[in-house]
Amino acid sequence: MKTDIVLAGVGGQGILSIATILGAAALKENLHIKQAEVHGMSQRGGDVQSNLRISSDPIASDLIPQGGADLIVSLEPMEALRYVSWLSPQGWIVTNTVPFVNIPNYPEEVVIKSELDAHSNVVAFDMDELAKQVASARSSNMVLLGAAAPFIDLAPEIIEDGIRTVFGSKGEKIVESNIKAFRAGMEFTRGLIEARKEN
Amino acid sequence: MKTRKLLLGDEALALGALNAGLSGAYAYPGTPSTEILEFIQAHPLTAERNIHSHWSSNEKTAMEEALGMSYCGKRAITSMKHVGLNVAADPFVNSAMTGANGGLLVISADDPSMHSSQNEQDSRFYADFALIPVLEPSSQQEAYDMADYGFRLSEEFKIPVLVRLVTRLSHSRATVEVDAEPKAENEIHYPEQAPQWVLMPGNSKRRYVRLIEDYARLQESSETSPFNRYTDAADKSLGIIVSGLAANYLAEIFPEGCPFPTVKISQYPLPKKMINRLADECEALMVIEEGQPVIEKAIRGVIKSGRTIYGKLSGELPRTGELTPDSVKEGILKVKPDLTSLRNEDVKAASTVTVPRPPALCQGCSHRDVYSALNDVLAEYESPRVFGDIGCYTLGYLSPFNAIHTVVDMGASITMAKGAADAGQHPAVAIIGDSTFTHSGMTGLLDAVNENSPVTVIISDNLTTGMTGGQDSQGTGKLEEICLGLGVHPDHLRTIDALPKNHDDMMKLFREEIEYPGLSVIISRRECIQTARRHASAGNKNVHRQPKTI
Repeated sequence: MKTDIVLAGVGGQGILSIATILGAAALKENLHIKQAEVHGMSQRGGDVQSNLRISSDPIASDLIPQGGADLIVSLEPMEALRYVSWLSPQGWIVTNTVPFVNIPNYPEEVVIKSELDAHSNVVAFDMDELAKQVASARSSNMVLLGAAAPFIDLAPEIIEDGIRTVFGSKGEKIVESNIKAFRAGMEFTRGLIEARKEN
Repeated sequence: MKTRKLLLGDEALALGALNAGLSGAYAYPGTPSTEILEFIQAHPLTAERNIHSHWSSNEKTAMEEALGMSYCGKRAITSMKHVGLNVAADPFVNSAMTGANGGLLVISADDPSMHSSQNEQDSRFYADFALIPVLEPSSQQEAYDMADYGFRLSEEFKIPVLVRLVTRLSHSRATVEVDAEPKAENEIHYPEQAPQWVLMPGNSKRRYVRLIEDYARLQESSETSPFNRYTDAADKSLGIIVSGLAANYLAEIFPEGCPFPTVKISQYPLPKKMINRLADECEALMVIEEGQPVIEKAIRGVIKSGRTIYGKLSGELPRTGELTPDSVKEGILKVKPDLTSLRNEDVKAASTVTVPRPPALCQGCSHRDVYSALNDVLAEYESPRVFGDIGCYTLGYLSPFNAIHTVVDMGASITMAKGAADAGQHPAVAIIGDSTFTHSGMTGLLDAVNENSPVTVIISDNLTTGMTGGQDSQGTGKLEEICLGLGVHPDHLRTIDALPKNHDDMMKLFREEIEYPGLSVIISRRECIQTARRHASAGNKNVHRQPKTI
């Protein structure tokens, strides 16, 4: 198996915990992992991305080549679009649709929406809202992880184990809340895939 | 026994050093090197063995402290970002002259693409003129393995070893096989060559002859290094020299193996014989290296045959920014346009709607309050100039504050403001963070004290080293004493809490001190909101964060 993922968001949104969970899960499965992160100045409210590569064979480059990513997983819609050149022709974009506006020239939402719609394989919805409904506002990154899970070659139970490993120290309540958010995200994508099949 | 761990390049090197019998680690925080000392601080072996892991005031003090431990025969590391090596340059270059006793690794993390730095300087140049060997890991596994190897190389040749990292390795995680048991530490023992540790001209002259002889032996060691490799291939129309991380990009492009012979380099001095073999067997050469064209420049004087050399100087590879699998592929295609299978026609066009999202000061950050008040006061003057420094508050340059005119290197705010005041500039304001002040601001402040220069220094004290993630700041709780000790007049050493509600008071204070025709220091203080949140959630708010005020 091999899954190449570009994780995207704004500094402080929590994309690195998604990477940490998938890393922990893949390590348990004895898979090879490479995950390039961004630390330092760019974390201060700027755009951040992480290249995560999981494979059953050894991985050469820490960076994903353009046109090579199976997935763009983003907590923010404009940030998802920033990396489309890295997406493979069959790849999927999974993104939250809630804009994070901390710059004066943020594009209009309709412009971003129409560009997202122009891609064939997109899962885009208000993940903040779903997180609020099933868990808490702070778990939208776990909704995102769940929404991306059907495209990642790791069993959901293994990813849930990863969630337990990473959030374990924060107590059972937090773990359960995050797993609920994860499952809700996964259900959403599964529903969407089913609907596409029927059409 | 080996176990598998998922580690950043920084962490792999740190763990390698711990498992190799490290006795002391010395560092000043700097992206992308910070996680090396942080990993050592958090590791249980550090407490168990009482391994030194406290932050140092700057890279020079860190380097000298590590050299002192090496003098006593123990294994030590010092880690820094590439521009930190400028600060440590004096002891670094001279440590080649003293040599090492216990294994000594100087770890410098370069930042090609300037993700979080002011330049792209390549640390390998320093090692070249200092005559110090270099290890340049191409993977997290090599970073781990090179710690023990580097200590052994350092002890065999009695010389410090530079380990050169780059951002993409420092901050990328991978699975690494690590030893389950750490080696014992070295016992204290003193150098056999005692005179060379006293760098008086008589000793130095003798030592320099020996250093040059040793360098020739180090070259031989590079030829047989497990990290340097000649890989033959059928197509001799091109030979590729690839170093460090760039080796991975080449492997990514040719998953079935590179069709051209390659020399992979991760240990320097350069393996001349390997390179000459490649030059003899191949019609042309290409050099693919991360950072500046160090190898490319060097081999022009090494290879015997007059081969064409492709690389960064000749323009096939980008001269600026870090390499990527894509830029390496494009470079190879420029040299070998007939390798059509490498062409990727399926790349989606970049989005046209995205706009840049530059970093910004956090909402609620105390630096915001300082800039807000300072800007309002300076609006009253015709041509104020504000000399900035390195840290989160560098972001004050950007909108909405647009508050600073220069940022150069650690500590340069105070000294440049002084130089500007010497030139007749008024107001000449310096703004510097607490950690940067103790790193390199104190000595410059003494210059300003000695001449009572009409400079207004603002130390924006957030009680931490913020930009790198909140490491202890060496001056916390001591800034007033330090300033008074340096001779700042007590009437013009002022402190204020940097809070939105104090906006008018801050303005008044700034105005008064700008109007004073001599040196003033204003300490505006409030804890970094990132560390404050962490302290609040850890339930130990204000435990040891409350500095003494005068």
